[in-house]
Amino acid sequence: MTAEDQPIEERAERVPQRVIGTPATDSPMLGAPETPEAEYVPPEGVKPADERQARRAERKVVLCFGITSLSVVAFVYFYVTFQVGSTQATGLSNFALGLSLMVAVLTLAIGIVLWARQIMPKYTLTQDRHPMLSEEEDREAVAEYFVQGANESGFVRRKVLRRALLPAAAALGVVPIVLLRDLDNTKTAAANTPDRLRHTVWGEKTKEGKPPRLIIEGSGRPIRAADFNTPGGLLSVVPEGHEHDLDALAKATVILINLRPEEIKSGTNQNWMHNGIVAYSKICTHVGCPAALYEQNTHHILCPCHQSTFDATDGARVVFGPAARALPQLPITVDAEGYLIAKGDFAVPVGPSFWERGDAEAKANTQGGGS
Amino acid sequence: MTELKTVPSRISRSAGFLDARLGGAPFLRRNMRKIFPDHWSFLIGEIALYSFVILLLTGTFLTFWFKPSMAHVAYDGPYGPLHGVMMSEAYASSLELSFEVRGGLLVRQMHHWAALLFVASMMAHMLRVFFTGAYRKPRELNWIIGVLLLTLALAEGLTGYSLPDDLLSGAGLRVTEGVVISLPVIGTYLRFFIFGGEYPGDDVIARFYSVHILLIPAILLALVTAHLVLMWRQKHTQMDGKGKTNRNVVGAPFYPMFMAKAGAFFLFTLAVVVGLATFAQINPIWLYGPYTPADISAGSQPDFYLAFLEGALRIMPAWEINLFGTSEIGTVPLSVIIPALLPLGIILVGLILYPFAERWITGDRREHHIAERPRNNPHRTSIGMSAIAFYGVLWLFGANDELSAFLHVSLNLTTYAGRVMIITMPVLAYIVTYRMCLGLQRRDADMISHGVESGVIKRLPSGEFIEVHAPLTEDADAHIRGKEAIPQLPPGANGEGVPAKAMRGLIGGLRGRMSTAYGGEKIPINGANGHNGHNGHNGQGDHAAVTSGDDDHALGR
Ligand code: HEM
Ligand code: FES
Repeated sequence: MTAEDQPIEERAERVPQRVIGTPATDSPMLGAPETPEAEYVPPEGVKPADERQARRAERKVVLCFGITSLSVVAFVYFYVTFQVGSTQATGLSNFALGLSLMVAVLTLAIGIVLWARQIMPKYTLTQDRHPMLSEEEDREAVAEYFVQGANESGFVRRKVLRRALLPAAAALGVVPIVLLRDLDNTKTAAANTPDRLRHTVWGEKTKEGKPPRLIIEGSGRPIRAADFNTPGGLLSVVPEGHEHDLDALAKATVILINLRPEEIKSGTNQNWMHNGIVAYSKICTHVGCPAALYEQNTHHILCPCHQSTFDATDGARVVFGPAARALPQLPITVDAEGYLIAKGDFAVPVGPSFWERGDAEAKANTQGGGS
Repeated sequence: MTELKTVPSRISRSAGFLDARLGGAPFLRRNMRKIFPDHWSFLIGEIALYSFVILLLTGTFLTFWFKPSMAHVAYDGPYGPLHGVMMSEAYASSLELSFEVRGGLLVRQMHHWAALLFVASMMAHMLRVFFTGAYRKPRELNWIIGVLLLTLALAEGLTGYSLPDDLLSGAGLRVTEGVVISLPVIGTYLRFFIFGGEYPGDDVIARFYSVHILLIPAILLALVTAHLVLMWRQKHTQMDGKGKTNRNVVGAPFYPMFMAKAGAFFLFTLAVVVGLATFAQINPIWLYGPYTPADISAGSQPDFYLAFLEGALRIMPAWEINLFGTSEIGTVPLSVIIPALLPLGIILVGLILYPFAERWITGDRREHHIAERPRNNPHRTSIGMSAIAFYGVLWLFGANDELSAFLHVSLNLTTYAGRVMIITMPVLAYIVTYRMCLGLQRRDADMISHGVESGVIKRLPSGEFIEVHAPLTEDADAHIRGKEAIPQLPPGANGEGVPAKAMRGLIGGLRGRMSTAYGGEKIPINGANGHNGHNGHNGQGDHAAVTSGDDDHALGR
C-alpha cells in the first residue's frame, strides 16, 4: 500500500472503518501492480521494426547523439578560448559558437528522427470523431441553469439595477484613459498641441540674442556664404545651438543648395535666398524621412524612403512620388561676418501633413509671406 | 535490456502522487494516444510555434544586457569606428551585446532570424489553412485567433526593430511617426502620446520595450495556447485518402511517435536558426551608426513582413485633400493614409470574414474535417491567389528602387507599372488560377475514367499504337474521389419557382447569384460517390458531413 491510496477524508462516525488487514481499494495511476510473469505483447496491428534493421539504426542514432555531446564540449571550449571585442574576434567567436551549437542541435534532431523512423513501429490508428456540438441533454441543462440564475439575480426583472450597473461599469472604463493622459510628458494643453508642429528652432534666437547660424551637420562649424560657392553643391545643415538636439533636428534640419541664377524658377522665393544659395527643409513632406539625395544635373532632391522627387530650382515642388507638397523653404541671409543665418522660421509647417495643418500656404501668403 | 512489462515502480509512484492530487488519468487515457494525421504541410504551423519559443528564449537573453534608454552617452566600447560618438544607451547596449558579450551576437542574430521565420511560417501556415478550407466549421474561431496572432506578430516585429536605435531602425520609427501623425482628427495627439512629446523624444524606446517584451508576448502566448487547445480539442484535419472520412482521424499516436517527431522538428528549426545566425549576417547595426533624424542610409528597407506597407507607400499617387479649405483643420493626406491602412485593412478584414462569407454564400453549415484540395474549390483558390498577387505586388514594389536599378528602367516607369499591376495582377491571378483549377479537375476526371499513363506502348492488331493505362492505386483513387460538390443555396434564387425567403430582395438575389457561381460541381467525376448533384445537402456518401444543416439553433454555435 502506498501513501497515495488514502481516500477522501470522511467523518469517522459516518463511515465504517476499513477492517485492518483488507487490501486498499485504490491502485497506482499507471497500470496494475507489478506481476513479473506477464510478458509484454504488443497490441494487435503493431508490428515491431525488423530487429536487424533496428540494430543498424541504433548504431547510427548513438553516433548522432555522441556527436551532439562532443559538439557541446566544443561549444564550451570555444566560449572559453575565443574572446570577443574587435570585429574579427567577434566574427570568429560567432562562427565557432554557432557552428558547434548548430551541429549539436542538428545531430540530436537527426538522431531522434532516425530513432522514430527506423526503430519505433510504424502503423496508423483510426479514431472516431464526434460532432463538436454538445448533447441535447447537456445543452438543455445549461439553458435551464442560465434561466434560473438570471432570474435569481434579478437582472431581468429589476430594470433599475441593470440600468444603474451599466453606466457604472462604463464610467470605470474611463479611468485608464484618463490615466494615460500624461503619456505626453510635456502636458501641453490639447488646444495648443498642433501648434508645436508649426514651429522650428529656426524662429528662435541664440543665447547671444542673434539669429541662429547655419551649422554644417556633423562638423559643428558655421558656414560662410563665400565658402559655399560651387554651383551644384549640397550641404546638410543644422541650427546653431541645437547641433545634438534630436527633437530640434527632427524638424529643423535643412539642405543647402547652390544654384546658378539662370536656373532659378518662379517657385523659389528669391528674397529668401542668398547669392544663389537656397535652403529647403530636409524633412520629407511625405512621412518625414530626410530627403538626402541630390542629382546635380537635374537639380532633383530625392527622398530615399519612397522616392519622392523635388525640383530644387523651382521651390522644391514635387515632380514625382507620393509626397503631396513642396519642401518648405527657409529664409536665409548672411550676418555681419558673412556667415549664413536664418532670417526667421519656415513660413509653413515642415514634414508630414497632419489634420490641423490646413492650407498653411494660404495663411502664410495673407500674412505677407515674403518677410 | 528486455521490454517493460509494467510501469517501473518509480514512475508509477510519482505518477500516483500526482494523480492523487490532480486526477489526471482520464485525461491522459484520452490523450496519450491522440491521433495526429501526417502531411508535410501540417508542419508549417509547427515551425511558427517553435520559432516563437526560440524568440522567447533568445529575447529573454537579450534583455539581460539591453538598456531601453535614450539617454545620451559617448561610445567607449571596443568597436573602433564609433569611438567617442554620441549615441543613445539603447544603441550602446546593443553594440555591447554584439561585441562584448560572448555569444551575444549569435543570440541577437538568432533573435532576428527567428523573428523573420516566425512571421514567414505563420503566413505560409495561414495559406495552407486557407487553400485547404481548414478554416471551415468548426474551426472558424481558431482561424480568427490565427489572424490576430499574425497581426500582433507584425506589431511585435515593428517594436523590436526599433529597439536598437541605429540609423536604420530610426528610419522605420520615422515612417511610423509620419503615418501616425497623418491620421485624421486623432493623429497629432496620438503622435504626442506615443512619443511623450516631440519626436523622437526620450521615451519611445522604453515604451516600445515594454510593449515588445511584455505586452505583446503575453498576449501572443495566451493566444498561441488557446490556438493549440482548440486544435487539440477539435482534432487536426486530414488529407483525403483511403479510409479517411469526416468522422474519423487517421494517423500516428501522440506518444511516442508524434512526440518524438515534434521534438526533432523543434530541434531542426533551432538548428536552422542557429545556422542562419552563424553564416548569414543580419542587421549589422554597428555599420549604420546611431540614429539621428537628420540622416538616413540609402536603401533603407524594413523587414520583409512590413515591406508590403512600404510598397504601398511607394506606388501611391500624391493625393492630399483639405476638407474645409481652411488653414486650421481638415487636412487628409490620402497619400499616407490609404497605403498605410487600406491594404492591411483589406487583408486582415478579408481574412477574418472569409469563413463567414463562404458559409453565407454556400449555405454550408456542416462540420468539415477533410482538407479540401485547392483545385476542388476553384473560386476560393482563385480568391486566395488573387490576394497573394495583391500582397506580392505591394511587397515587390517595396523595393521599386532596386527593381528599376536591376531592370535598368527609370524609377518613374517602375512606379507607374506598380500602379497598373496592383489592379491587374490580382485579376489576372484570379483568371489564371481558375482555369488551372478546372484543368486539374479535368485531369482528375480523366484519371478516374481512364487510369494513369503507364508508359507502356502497345501495338494493336490494326497497327495503331496506344499507351496502356493502368488503374490508379486505391489511395490515389480515394484521394481524387474525395471531391465533393461545393454546396449551393437551394435553387430558385434566379431561376423559376418562388425564391426561398433568404434569397429575396437585392441582397438575397446577390447571395443567390454568388452561390450559383461559387458552388456546384464544375467538372463531374464519372462514377464519383454521388456528389454530382447541385444540392449541397445531399452529400450522404463516404464524406457525408458530421451534422446536417439542422444544428442552426445550437447553443454553442
Ligand atoms: C514574439 C515575437 C518577437 C518578434 C517578432 C521579435 C522581433 C525583434 C526584432 C526584429 C528585433 C531587432 C533585432 C536586432 O537587433 O537585430 C528585436 C529586438 C529585441 N527583442 Fe524581440 N521579438 C520577439 C519577441 C521578443 C521577446 C519575447 C523578448 C523578450 C522577452 C524580446 C526582446 C528583445 C530585445 C531585448 C531586443 C533588442 C536587442 C538588440 O537589438 O540588441 N523579443 N526583436
Ligand atoms: S518619406 Fe520621403 S518619400 Fe516617403
